Amino acid sequence: MPGSPPDPYDVAVVGAGPAGLAAATTAADHGCATVLLDDAGRPGGQFWRRAPGTAEAGTDPTADRAGLGRVLAGLLADLGRVDVRTRHEVWSVQAEPAGFVVRAQVDVGEVAVRARTLVLAPGAHDRQLPFPGWDTPGVVAAGGLQALAKEHGVLPGRRVVVAGTGPFLLPVAGAVIARGGTVVAVAEAGDGTGWLRGPAALLGTPGRVRDAAGYAAVLARHGVPFLRRTGVVEAVGDHRGVTAAVLARLDGAGRPDGGSRRTVACDVVATGWGFTPRLDLPLGLGCTTRVDRDGSLVVAVTARQETSVVGCFAAGEATGVGGAELAVVEGRLAGLAAAIRLGNAPSDPPPARLLRRRRALRRFAALLHAAHPVPPGWPAWLDGRTTMCRCEEVTVADVDEAVTDLGATDPRTVKLLTRCGMGWCQGRICGEPLARLVAAMTCTPYDPTSMATRPVAVPLTLGALATGPS
Amino acid sequence: MTESFSFDGTVVTFRPGQTIGAALLATGTRSWRTTRRKGRLRGLFCGIGVCFDCLLTVDGTPDQRACMVEARDGMEVRTQQGVGRAGLAT
Repeated sequence: MPGSPPDPYDVAVVGAGPAGLAAATTAADHGCATVLLDDAGRPGGQFWRRAPGTAEAGTDPTADRAGLGRVLAGLLADLGRVDVRTRHEVWSVQAEPAGFVVRAQVDVGEVAVRARTLVLAPGAHDRQLPFPGWDTPGVVAAGGLQALAKEHGVLPGRRVVVAGTGPFLLPVAGAVIARGGTVVAVAEAGDGTGWLRGPAALLGTPGRVRDAAGYAAVLARHGVPFLRRTGVVEAVGDHRGVTAAVLARLDGAGRPDGGSRRTVACDVVATGWGFTPRLDLPLGLGCTTRVDRDGSLVVAVTARQETSVVGCFAAGEATGVGGAELAVVEGRLAGLAAAIRLGNAPSDPPPARLLRRRRALRRFAALLHAAHPVPPGWPAWLDGRTTMCRCEEVTVADVDEAVTDLGATDPRTVKLLTRCGMGWCQGRICGEPLARLVAAMTCTPYDPTSMATRPVAVPLTLGALATGPS
Repeated sequence: MTESFSFDGTVVTFRPGQTIGAALLATGTRSWRTTRRKGRLRGLFCGIGVCFDCLLTVDGTPDQRACMVEARDGMEVRTQQGVGRAGLAT
């Protein structure tokens, strides 16, 4: 973009995944001066990770969800009018009288950009449930494994067990196979019957069904065992890392059947239990939230994707985990709504086509959440020595002591007593499971809110803070 | 010529665009940090910059995420022990 950047911009979009790209290009198409910030080296987000130098994401040989590889190419080609700021890790957004100020950490230092409206599209990361040995090198997040395979062409080992719940486990296994690795087993905690309860939602999203069938066919062709109602209840390792996974049959609540334990040799265990939206920035701004069907804390939005903070919109996984296609639809609606607020587009109702698509995809997401819940009995596979908080090395026994001996009845008190969730990651990994565990231990309602608030969304150096934005 | 960085003194080659973490995993290295309290080995976990488990020291600066920092020719990468700031110990 020639000349000095606008101050303020019309629209600042945080997050360059499917939702953010759609929002930024839509706003720019309506003549809004738009800036797009993302912590990665190039746009695409987690979903559109791809080998360096490739514009198209349609490299997945198995499935291309409803032509989404082509959608990315279109969005990237449309970014010409957007000021794209990669490697900008946003650590704070604040409201000002005239709009918003977005502060981001760059290589060594900090920048601030101002904008009249804001679209938050922070995405999500794999949800994790602790299990014995999950802090052994070689245990990785399912999404992290996929990123390594798709973007870097690297596998962290040769023999992989993929475990958790949800259809995302299938493309992860597919990525391992495509890189020449062996998938020892895919362990799915659910039994699959939940899908039968919503045939109408499936009919509305045939692309998603075709993808799942395509992945299942690849696994079958490679002889990969797909084990329903099965979980990895322990990762076994030596001083170098994982050497085996212990699989067990799970009952309807997810409790392991001790008699069914069997050990399989592997050097990678990849786990994912759905996704946790990244809510640091919306919470810091004061956006109203709600707990979604899958237990995720999400941003409450209007039909136009506007949050409770006037002029701030949210799109994608942050408003409810639903996948890339839903994120693109929501991003388009958010970008359009921002343009309408700025007077750059007529205040007509949103296009019916987008609203219909959003409705169908949200129905599909609701069915997915119902079919692949976090099994309530998961604490049954923990033992006292199991690590809860990887950063602060807090064990389940420490949490138990805080609840049983010290009388804590909520996750925040447990955090203050044990340091669980106080480390580098600020509770991003252990916060939600801790909230679930404490609810189970104390028979109180599950509430992830207190473990999700992070006023500073990214660790900063004191030097960067002292110097201030450039 | 292939690009490379040093890891605790050994040469690690990488493909342009790869992160330090990806390059280390490609050589079979699975851990490059020991924890502060229990001295446990850690490597890459979330892989997308969220969990801060894969910290290491790059050109003398500790606490860099191996999954986020792109490898560059001539970098000096070191495993990180504990808090990673032994030089500040009093």
